[in-house]
Amino acid sequence: MTVNKTSARSRRLMGMLRKEMWQIIRDPSSIAIAFVMPVVLLFMFGYGVSLDAKNIPVGIAVEKADIITQSLSDSFEQSEFFKPSYYHSIQQAQLALEERKIDGIVWLRSNFSQNLQAGKQAPIEIIINGVDSNQANITMGYIQGVWQSWLTLFSNARGIQLNLPVVLEQRVWFNSALNSRLFLVPGVIAVIMTMIGSLLTAMVVAREWERGTMEALMVTPLSMKEMLAGKLIPYFILGMGSMFISVALAVWWFGVPLRGSFWVMVLASSLFMMVSLLIGLLISIISKNQFVAGQTAIAASFLPAFLLSGFLFDINSMPAFIQGITYLIPARYFVAQLQTLFLAGNVWPVILSNAFALLVMLFVLVLLVSSKSRKTLE
Amino acid sequence: MPKPILLLSQVNKTFDSQDYQVKAIDDMSFAVKTGKVTGLIGPDGAGKTTLMRLACGILTPDSGDFEVMGIDVTKEPLQVQSQIGYMPQRFGLYEDLTVQENLDLYADLQNVAKDKRQARYDELMHMTGMSPFTGRLAGKLSGGMKQKLGLACALIRSPKLLLLDEATVGVDPVSRRELWEIVYHQVHEQGMSVLLSTAYLDEAERCDEVVLLHEGKLIMQGNPKEFSQTVNGRVFQVTVENSKHRPLQQKLSQNPAVLDALIEGKGVRLVMNEKGLPTAENLLPDRVNANKKIKIKAVTPRFEDAFIARLKNKEKSKEYSIEKMEISGSADDEVIRVEDLTRKFGDFTAVDKINFHVKRGEIFGLLGANGAGKSTAFRMLCGLLPVSSGKVAVAGMDLRVATASARGKIGYMAQKFSLYTDLSVKQNLKFFSSAYGLRKKAQQDRIDWALDIFELEEYQDTNAGNLPLGYKQRLSFAAALMHKPEILFLDEPTSGVDPLARREFWQRTNALAEMGVTILVTTHFMDEANYCDRLVIMSKGKILASGTPLDMKNLARTESQPDPSMEDAFIYLIQNKEQPDDSE
Repeated sequence: MTVNKTSARSRRLMGMLRKEMWQIIRDPSSIAIAFVMPVVLLFMFGYGVSLDAKNIPVGIAVEKADIITQSLSDSFEQSEFFKPSYYHSIQQAQLALEERKIDGIVWLRSNFSQNLQAGKQAPIEIIINGVDSNQANITMGYIQGVWQSWLTLFSNARGIQLNLPVVLEQRVWFNSALNSRLFLVPGVIAVIMTMIGSLLTAMVVAREWERGTMEALMVTPLSMKEMLAGKLIPYFILGMGSMFISVALAVWWFGVPLRGSFWVMVLASSLFMMVSLLIGLLISIISKNQFVAGQTAIAASFLPAFLLSGFLFDINSMPAFIQGITYLIPARYFVAQLQTLFLAGNVWPVILSNAFALLVMLFVLVLLVSSKSRKTLE
Repeated sequence: MPKPILLLSQVNKTFDSQDYQVKAIDDMSFAVKTGKVTGLIGPDGAGKTTLMRLACGILTPDSGDFEVMGIDVTKEPLQVQSQIGYMPQRFGLYEDLTVQENLDLYADLQNVAKDKRQARYDELMHMTGMSPFTGRLAGKLSGGMKQKLGLACALIRSPKLLLLDEATVGVDPVSRRELWEIVYHQVHEQGMSVLLSTAYLDEAERCDEVVLLHEGKLIMQGNPKEFSQTVNGRVFQVTVENSKHRPLQQKLSQNPAVLDALIEGKGVRLVMNEKGLPTAENLLPDRVNANKKIKIKAVTPRFEDAFIARLKNKEKSKEYSIEKMEISGSADDEVIRVEDLTRKFGDFTAVDKINFHVKRGEIFGLLGANGAGKSTAFRMLCGLLPVSSGKVAVAGMDLRVATASARGKIGYMAQKFSLYTDLSVKQNLKFFSSAYGLRKKAQQDRIDWALDIFELEEYQDTNAGNLPLGYKQRLSFAAALMHKPEILFLDEPTSGVDPLARREFWQRTNALAEMGVTILVTTHFMDEANYCDRLVIMSKGKILASGTPLDMKNLARTESQPDPSMEDAFIYLIQNKEQPDDSE
């Protein structure tokens, strides 16, 4: 009897899996979401978004040109961060700033060289367009850097000892070229996984409700567990497939190093994939309508993963309240895991603590899904 | 006496709607016999679908006991579900799976042994006539074939009990007959019990037993023939020579002794309040003097007569007259002209060179099953869809390029409820009247008129989406009439509406036609053809026949079938006129 029961159970599950496979093969949209979307998103972020400051247009207003101002201008010219243009008066420069031709002004007054040579205070005035405060800070920092290194060179050349109390020496770990692409690509992979996991499952289960097939399925011996497994397994495989595509692209196309273990990454991704799939299932069980399910999946999983996971915007600079919310976003933990695995290696404390958080979420979601999914229309 | 297959005692089920509670099943107790075909009959909202869903355990009753095959379905739904076949209203076929893949899925789910499958498949495919199409995607099947596949999936494991929820709605009469044959075959061969619900009252007569429901309550249970006999001696047919049937029907329905008057052929079918042959003087006092021959003869009651007698309450026999309208032109004007109209979608020809014309003040019907091409033809007439070839003229113009003022002559009621569901009844009327340029007092008057004539006052502040179906249909109709159109296009206006609401609808439509409004209507209810002055029957994009309802019936009249129904005429046409098509 038990043998019969198990065989009936596995037959039902196989039936569901086969059906789901046919549907995936015949419906180009799920294939597109799983295999085209990752490629498009990776290329968009890999090439389109850059957080590095390069070639910042900056105006240098030189009221009285001489050898000293020329050497300072040259320093800006040589820096890869700036693309300087020159003005003879501050008014011209201000006009250019207002017209957004330049992002900042370095103002050297007519008495600049004179004061400097006389050993007096020789202030450089810097005016920055502060509309984008983030960009303004970066520009400010770079200008200071250029100015300071010029000053050191200038003093050394003249045998003057500068009394600078602290000497700044920068060293960047893990992403030594400061290339934001290396940092973004693992984050994009996390966002893609969120998308595949929740959007795809939310849509396919809601579709069954909408087309009335769910009602017919319910009045068969199929149990709710088998029904859920029938949905989770195929989309898990599909999701992991797009995971591999993304990782392959990241490593071989974008040249992101994979410093951690590949298998640890597969495990971490599987865990996150399950969490995403269950979120999608939960959404579709509650909304029962493809349109609403799709909208909800985007609003409840894709957008937060995009904005609050820390892959694009630094969590530490968010207000405390929003920081609190980020703890509820599964992508936050996965972004941390992926960035570590790609750029740093198997840093166990980071990987395990984030995995633990995801496990807790998985547990809660399993409870929620099984309490919500009963074989009833109510 | 074997145990009943279904046993209900004091079952209650209530649904919470936004602002009110709906008692879908109200203290219902009855038993359904094993090995019989039992029909659940009743208007919309009677509780038919809820009862079905309770029986298969996907809804739970609030109170009461519900036993299916002797099992308490509330406690052991899986036990029940593994022994029944269920076909919901919109059968859940996977349209992106082939016929064979759908069968395989249900065979897997119902645990049909691998070695027994092929024999069962062969049997079912042979029975449904679908053997040549096993490789076709279910979504590409015709409406009737989809239903047959749905039935085959529900029968995959010879269930003890088969539940069919409105399985024949919108299906062409030929497929409907086939579905019934399959069901009875199963009952006789396998001893299966069947519970089905239907909106077609003529199908009730095919059941062994019927259960009549109304507003969640059990009205009666019994043999349909016995039920029909409850109105014995009260059903008559009246014909008056040289008299148009529409005014005659209006006149008769206003007579206090008449419960129901229905246009049928050249005459009017009456259900009287009391038994006994009515006299011409009583029925038509003012016509007797006019020296016309009035013939009154008793006819055999049908299920529908008894149904109406049971449910219609006569006290509000409102005269559905619609205010006078000034329509210029004579009855000989050809208001709608269609010549060689064709529409292709890719290599599929949805409408194939159809021709007809409609005169002023006529009710003209486009009849056919789902997918016959009615709606496509209709959309081209309204200017909603470009024609592939051929000509269309409505009031002398092509509506696709006509001006707004010309369009103001046309009223259109779409097949799907196309009003704003989150606006109230009043707001909808206001919007549609202003869309046609009505302002201030004229607008207010028209809205008041609509609320009054369509009896919508009670619901004027209810959101359109929360209206009962019959009222939704009234509101759509009212919205189409706000600007007093001369020509009305009605696309499946009575689809899904119960017999009582359908009667009301046709009374209003008749009144409009009497006023000189030209009406073009599509329907899949064959009996509604009786209301049309002239009609065409369509199948697979072609017109099979055109003429008056009587012309159509004459086609099918034989010695063995002296009084054919419109459905008989349709089946005759399909079987004799339709070109054999190897694709289906």
